[in-house]
Amino acid sequence: MLPFILKRVFQSILVLVITGAIAFSMFTFVGDPIDNMLGQERTMEDVERLRAQLGLDKPIPVQYFKFLNEAAQGNFGVSYRQGREVSEIIMERAPATLELAALSAIFAIVMGIALGVFTAIRRDGFAAHFIMSASLIGVSLPTFLIGILLIYMFSVELGWLPSFGRGEVVEIGGWTTGFLTESGRKALILPAITLGLYQMTLIMRLVRSEMLEVLRQDYIRFARARGLSERVINFRHALKNTMVPVITVIGLQLGAIIAFAIITETVFQWPGLGLLFINAIQFVDIPVMAAYLMMISVMFVVINLLVDILYAFIDPRLRVSAK
Amino acid sequence: MKKSSAILAVAALVSSTAMVNAETLKWARAGDALTLDPHSQNEGPSHTMRHQMYEPLIIRDTSGAFVPTLATDWAPSADNPNVWVFNLRKGVKFHDGADFTAEDVVFSFERAKQPNSDMKELIGSITAVRAVDDHTVEIETSGPNPILPSNLTNLFMMDKGWTEANNTVNVQDFEGGEITFATTNVNGTGAYRLVSREPDVKTVMVRNEEYWGRNDFPMEVSEIIYTPIQNAATRVAALLSGEVNFLQDMPVQDLARVDSADGLMVKQAPQNRVIFFGMNQGADDIEADNVEGKNPLADVRVRKAMSMAINRDAIRQVVMRGQSQPAGMIAPPFVNGWTAAMDGESSTDLEGAKALMAEAGYGDGFSIRLDCPNDRYINDEAICQAAVGMLGQIGITVNLDAIPKAQHFPKITDSKTDFYMLGWGVPTYDSEYIFNFLVHGRESDIGTWNGTGFNNADLNATIKSLASNTDLDARNADIASIWRVVQDEQLYIPIHHQVLNWGMGENVGIEVDPEDQPRVKFFTMK
Repeated sequence: MLPFILKRVFQSILVLVITGAIAFSMFTFVGDPIDNMLGQERTMEDVERLRAQLGLDKPIPVQYFKFLNEAAQGNFGVSYRQGREVSEIIMERAPATLELAALSAIFAIVMGIALGVFTAIRRDGFAAHFIMSASLIGVSLPTFLIGILLIYMFSVELGWLPSFGRGEVVEIGGWTTGFLTESGRKALILPAITLGLYQMTLIMRLVRSEMLEVLRQDYIRFARARGLSERVINFRHALKNTMVPVITVIGLQLGAIIAFAIITETVFQWPGLGLLFINAIQFVDIPVMAAYLMMISVMFVVINLLVDILYAFIDPRLRVSAK
Repeated sequence: MKKSSAILAVAALVSSTAMVNAETLKWARAGDALTLDPHSQNEGPSHTMRHQMYEPLIIRDTSGAFVPTLATDWAPSADNPNVWVFNLRKGVKFHDGADFTAEDVVFSFERAKQPNSDMKELIGSITAVRAVDDHTVEIETSGPNPILPSNLTNLFMMDKGWTEANNTVNVQDFEGGEITFATTNVNGTGAYRLVSREPDVKTVMVRNEEYWGRNDFPMEVSEIIYTPIQNAATRVAALLSGEVNFLQDMPVQDLARVDSADGLMVKQAPQNRVIFFGMNQGADDIEADNVEGKNPLADVRVRKAMSMAINRDAIRQVVMRGQSQPAGMIAPPFVNGWTAAMDGESSTDLEGAKALMAEAGYGDGFSIRLDCPNDRYINDEAICQAAVGMLGQIGITVNLDAIPKAQHFPKITDSKTDFYMLGWGVPTYDSEYIFNFLVHGRESDIGTWNGTGFNNADLNATIKSLASNTDLDARNADIASIWRVVQDEQLYIPIHHQVLNWGMGENVGIEVDPEDQPRVKFFTMK
């Protein structure tokens, strides 16, 4: 088990370094941050002075090495746009994204599994057909459109829920939460549905097809022959055996929920990391872009690593072959 | 309208006197202030935020005229042509109760001249600021400076005592990530006080009941909740749903919808910004065209023909949905030196344009690349697309390269483009500002935005002399003569003046400011 993990960790670090290098070589194409930082009245001397001060006159590999070196010591530099420490900004923005992602994930998993099982068991019922057709919308409509549609329906037309922001938040030891106030909870609903809808339909369709597959297996027939109740068959035997591929997908999708919260956060003006990243791209805020991309790649790598390890626990065969 | 209990909760925190007529302005726009330090970041949204809480000596009204604010009157000194004398308003107090005096003005100017200050260029000609008595200040410049007051409308006054007590005498080192007391706290003389601020999320301000002009201005808004909302559709949705009752940065395509919605209206006014194309006439041969060995843009007949090919009315109607004012010169209408005659000089004449092209030897046309931003001006890319079709009619094949502003503007300042779109606003309301940046030949500290390669020594000398010409009639004559050259040379192809739109609830009363700087003390709430 240990060599397996060590090998994976080593691979992960390699992936991180390469991702960072690709990201850095892309920054030159995003534009020149100097132009946004100085007003139109600036002189050429101002430009050169600032460029030198930020180290942007150095070649890309040198800039990248400097970034890695400082990042290893926990220093991600200063945001060009906000003039504050990047690590501080990220800490401030992370709770918003994580709360939203957690709620979306719970929504996606609970609803996805429930509806998946339902549509598999009642595969010919009207409700199942309706759910399956409706789920096509979730898969095919782009997130921003779903967000805008929800805003127009629930904020503009019905006036039930807020169209933007987090509402009132409560701060508890450096963590801001929207769960403790009414306006905060209301503000969470639409973004969480928007963000989780795609994942929910994905999980639902996966659970359904896996369930259908499993329900055809011989051991299910034998279980029926033994006279076990439908409940026990469906949930203890069938569902349990569909979970391996479902867990993989859920694991990867969890990362996707955080990483792709960008669009949902932009539509709902959700003050999280995704919005921060979009701002950073528009302003060519290199320190924020670099820190965010590194953070997201670390997250994906860690999730993959955990999923691999989890596999080994769920499926003993993998453990054997890893040795 | 007050749906959110949160807003009520915040309102309850406001002192009980303010509750008598509590009117909340829920205000949204695309961007947030970058910092609260009055002398860091010379930038629109940052100034807008400061204008509610800090004050300069002078502001401008919506017509561009000066309005006395912390100074009651000002005039050049009778004894020394290099000195302006400002008389300060008496009885003004900062939010913490300290008196506003000449000492604070001297301190604020010194602070704004520090190396980290973003305002230092605007007051670069100032050599000394002296307090004559508690309410009189003399400002000395390196030479006579007839338009000094124009540069002071965004120069905010801080309290010397508060600044020193809170160890925030130095302007923050923005690029270095420095946070000082003044970047997150405010002690100004303005009509509103800061209650709370989360950058990029929300800023709350309450009415300053001790404001010197409490009875002179409407000041009917008792509380301001300012929220940046970047996504245009969400911004409009927030206005439609009543979560916001005042909106800047209205998307043009939603104007009709907002205006027709119950309880909402849109107000508009010409903005202090003109949109135009620049052409590199200075190079012998240019990269972006298909003509070898010569530069078609160097021929004034080609430049005139290109301008005649542009149908500004079509752009106004189709691309801008009526939200623009066709331009014939690259000065906004409020600016000293603008004339209606010159602004009407561009006309569309395809036959005339073709004849000029043939005369210049380009009867068969040529091809060229047009560089255009796609996230800076209202419908910028669509305007360029329209121009592509229009120039095609006189045989010029235009390849459009529309890119984000962060990539576009460096092309202009680094001379990497031969045909480009640019927009220009004039904070000083005087033509000298336009000439300094767009007409004077390019040097390291002047003509920085002149990407045309135009460099006329005589004209350069006249432009430089404007700064210290105190004979205003002679100065205006010089300005007119410089404009004549710019027009005759067709240095730029003017397109239009942008129009600003603000969306608001019908109970909100305010006129649109051409610089996009709403000042809430002027708002009425019915």
